Amino acid sequence: MATQTETSAVDIDRSIGDFHYDVEYGHDAGVGLSDRVVNYISDVKQDPDWVRQFRLNALKTFLGKPMPTHWASKDLDAIVFDNIRYYLAQGTPTKRNWEDVPEDIKRTFERLGIPEQERKFLAGVEAQFDSEAVYSNIKKAVGEQGVIFVGSTEGLKNHPEIFRKWFGKVIPTGDNKFSALNSAVFSGGSFIYVPPGVKVKHPLQAYFRINAENFGQFERTLIIVDEGAEVTYMEGCTAPKFNTATLHSAVVELVALKGAKIQYITVQNWSANVFNLVTKRGLAHEEAEIKWIDCNIGSRLTMKYPGVVLKGRKSRGEVLSIALAGNGQHQDTGAKMIHGADETTSNIISKSISIGTGRATYRGLVHVPKHLKHCKNNTECDALLINATSRTDTYPAITVRGTGNSVQHEASVSQVSAEQIFYMQQRGLSEGQAMSLSVNGFVNDLVRQFPMEYSVELKRLIELEMEGSVG
Amino acid sequence: MQQLEINNLRVAIGESEIVRDLSLTVRTGEVHAIMGPNGSGKSTLAKVIAGYPDYRVTSGGVLMDGENLLELRPDERARRGLFLAFQYPSEIPGVTIANFLRAAAQSRLPEGEELEATDYYAKLYEKMDLLDIDRSFTSRSVNEGFSGGEKKRCEILQMAMLEPRFAILDETDSGLDIDALKVVAHGVNSLRSPNLGVLLITHYQRLLNYIIPDFVHVMVQGRIVRSGDKELALELEEKGYDWIRDHAEEPALV
Repeated sequence: MATQTETSAVDIDRSIGDFHYDVEYGHDAGVGLSDRVVNYISDVKQDPDWVRQFRLNALKTFLGKPMPTHWASKDLDAIVFDNIRYYLAQGTPTKRNWEDVPEDIKRTFERLGIPEQERKFLAGVEAQFDSEAVYSNIKKAVGEQGVIFVGSTEGLKNHPEIFRKWFGKVIPTGDNKFSALNSAVFSGGSFIYVPPGVKVKHPLQAYFRINAENFGQFERTLIIVDEGAEVTYMEGCTAPKFNTATLHSAVVELVALKGAKIQYITVQNWSANVFNLVTKRGLAHEEAEIKWIDCNIGSRLTMKYPGVVLKGRKSRGEVLSIALAGNGQHQDTGAKMIHGADETTSNIISKSISIGTGRATYRGLVHVPKHLKHCKNNTECDALLINATSRTDTYPAITVRGTGNSVQHEASVSQVSAEQIFYMQQRGLSEGQAMSLSVNGFVNDLVRQFPMEYSVELKRLIELEMEGSVG
Repeated sequence: MQQLEINNLRVAIGESEIVRDLSLTVRTGEVHAIMGPNGSGKSTLAKVIAGYPDYRVTSGGVLMDGENLLELRPDERARRGLFLAFQYPSEIPGVTIANFLRAAAQSRLPEGEELEATDYYAKLYEKMDLLDIDRSFTSRSVNEGFSGGEKKRCEILQMAMLEPRFAILDETDSGLDIDALKVVAHGVNSLRSPNLGVLLITHYQRLLNYIIPDFVHVMVQGRIVRSGDKELALELEEKGYDWIRDHAEEPALV
């Protein structure tokens, strides 16, 4: 793994998140999962009755569902739900002013470069520390356009008319075991609403930070973009390296109304003890466009398949993803495209890199039912293997019925050859530099489509990962 | 004057010995050609000097300005001024020639020092002009989908940019038509200087019509069996390798 670097130029490496502070938690639900814990969370958060009921029902669903070990990884059995703490918060309201954030938490985020980032180019930022948002702010001009950007708790309390209409509608509680778990114990995450026609110029951003050991982070994000409006949302994630497993299980629901555009960008840099089991899905109405850009670096096991339900005519869905599976890690990622109307198009481009004993799995689901016309899907998945011990698997499930629809699927597996490395070394590059250049070349055409700041960050993360993997 | 010195070198791949007690010295400012039939060990010699991992040096040494190259990693040898133009250059998908050369140039700077982008591009364009290479060339991925001629041109451009003290050109003429051959020869000739020593490895004499060597060596079965000036190449062309091979059995020639 990357070691601590002293230069400030490389401030976004893996190790930057590897620290934690002892924090006084005013609210701690204790370990284990039960009605009592769920009620405790509801009490602390002063949930309306419908939310409390929603949580309790979700807990039943969670307990009733088997672990998906039959199709996914047996490693899931290593999660001991009774050892996890489901809610930890300081019990103070979310701050609007950075100065008001408690000193120890402020230190954490300042070390991660927030809100420095906000001043630079963001329209708004939210920072979540363990269970709850500690800081949330939106630039005045954006707020004046009627854009709402708050924590999910505040969203459900202050904007119930929009929140309740869509909450749990894109991803129902029972979608999978972990969406049910999130529905039972969710806290934190963002709520965004963009009014009709408003095009938010700069990205909104959230940071998710796990600080405590044996902790589960269950943020819940809901983004609703009204007719003809546009927004870009970016999230970054870090956690320190603990010896025991930490669970991150988020649910993200996107709703793009007629002609709306949502771009959702994730660069996760979890430490190697985190189980990252996330459900992300968008609902695209007529002529709407939803694009997921998903970069998965780090974690012990990631299971994440961002999806788009193409509900309206001429809607478009896209998933661009990069997964880097380091030694001992498993990135089980992919995409889902559910075509539900005529003339809908979807595009999936997935690139994975496996290093050492790392394992990358692509799982795709594309569904075009028989009665639809003029639907199109393009799926490309490319895997790069670095070592002989690296592993990659591809499970594309593409169902296209009917006559007027078209689908295209391409997959490739390539390997960084000894010849290629020798060639680059002969030009003066060290083995590590040669490896990282190869990997960066492999993802280059995809990274070019990312916003500048993120492509730079991603390149550096790849370099650090590769430097650590050789010699 | 600086020199690349190969002393009584023996190289094995697995059980078979490919280079057998070979000695040769190249000084800066000189162009040496090594000619030989297929399988004579020419390419093995080139790769072992550059540090190819699969080859085992069983005895002898390679010194560059007195420093033992065999103890250095391939990248260290390169940064000290050794360049190998490959017979079969690797493709690096997604990495443009410009970015690749930039990384190579950056690797030659002391740690913490950042390559000045404007200076780098100024130099790159200067070298491209020198070699008559179109500006759009360097935005293509390294060797990906290149014709034989483009690959060799890419090698020569890299050599021009990295300014080695010693360059080994391994079968740079293979697979080239006569026009491409002229382009490559023009490139090498324009890089000839008192500060560069060249070891030119070729199967055919025809390259030597365009790059006139100072010395010609004939390599057969892992040994240099005859050395001379450029006339030797013409003689070889006329009489063929069999002529040399017959003589090669005589140990006195070694």
